[in-house]
Amino acid sequence: MGTQNMILNVFKKYIGIGLVGITVTDRYGGVCPIRGSSMSPTFNPSLGSFTDDYVFLEKFCLDKYRFAHGDVVIFSDPTNYKERCVKRIVAMEGDYISNVSGVVKVPEGHCWVEGDNSASSFDSRSFGPIPLGLIHGRVTHIVWPPQRIKKIDRKVPQEGLAF
Amino acid sequence: MRLWFGKWTAIAKESVDRAAIFAKFLCLLHVTNTYIFSPTLVYGPSMLPTLNLTGDVVLSEFISHRLGKVGPGDVVLIQSPENPRKTITKRIVAMEGEVVSFLVDPSRSEKSRTVVVPKGHVWIQGDNIYASKDSRNFGPVPYGLIQGKVCCRVWPIDCFGTL
Repeated sequence: MGTQNMILNVFKKYIGIGLVGITVTDRYGGVCPIRGSSMSPTFNPSLGSFTDDYVFLEKFCLDKYRFAHGDVVIFSDPTNYKERCVKRIVAMEGDYISNVSGVVKVPEGHCWVEGDNSASSFDSRSFGPIPLGLIHGRVTHIVWPPQRIKKIDRKVPQEGLAF
Repeated sequence: MRLWFGKWTAIAKESVDRAAIFAKFLCLLHVTNTYIFSPTLVYGPSMLPTLNLTGDVVLSEFISHRLGKVGPGDVVLIQSPENPRKTITKRIVAMEGEVVSFLVDPSRSEKSRTVVVPKGHVWIQGDNIYASKDSRNFGPVPYGLIQGKVCCRVWPIDCFGTL
């Protein structure tokens, strides 16, 4: 009887922790890994490194969907909802951007995302502007590995922007 | 003195316990509301014969779209691609890879267009094609914008039932 009670108590405790954890990661922010080299100088700079970068993702920006040029965001891939990508916002709604197919206007409620490593990045240049609703959060810091802990700045790439 | 101190520790402990229970309850509420089901108020003319103009309370569930189990004919809640702060209720007409043909402007002409829904996208349309802003205006929407599936109407009570 005693052990049964103890197991029940531990079980209850874990459920409580799980609920609180899910809520915090949903509403306020969490840590997630970055795979691939599409954002190469910023995340995962060398191909041969053992570990992926882990970043802190904040979700307060989702209340009002207010983003700025140069924010690094995580969003679900518009061609496959199970995949998530990390890219930098280059243009917001109403901006004009030059592309291989000419100058495009970013439609209302959308943004134009591009990877920092334009050579190996699958981004808005292939699938076009993405709706802001697909964005899961904004990347603010690299938290792991320890020697790479730093804040991510807003950086606006100059080439490609048309005014 | 000691007795007084002991009394206050007991009170503090009790209040912390109460607060923890309350916080866990709120977290449970959040998890049910985001991952299992929640009531939603929907209104507007776009789904007219199915849903009333003045507003219905519907029960929507958030499990099947995560498992990829929504198909043509389902009424879904979708984050508007034009305004991410707004959620709209529409019916899925076609999934990725399917061919859909629609009337461009049903109140004025009989002109119709045929498109193929691209990969990872769905084609949504309101039931009232004369007063609905849907995929005919903004094109196919990414699957990732789907928030949930409407399963039954709760209010008004005499219209209770599945849609």
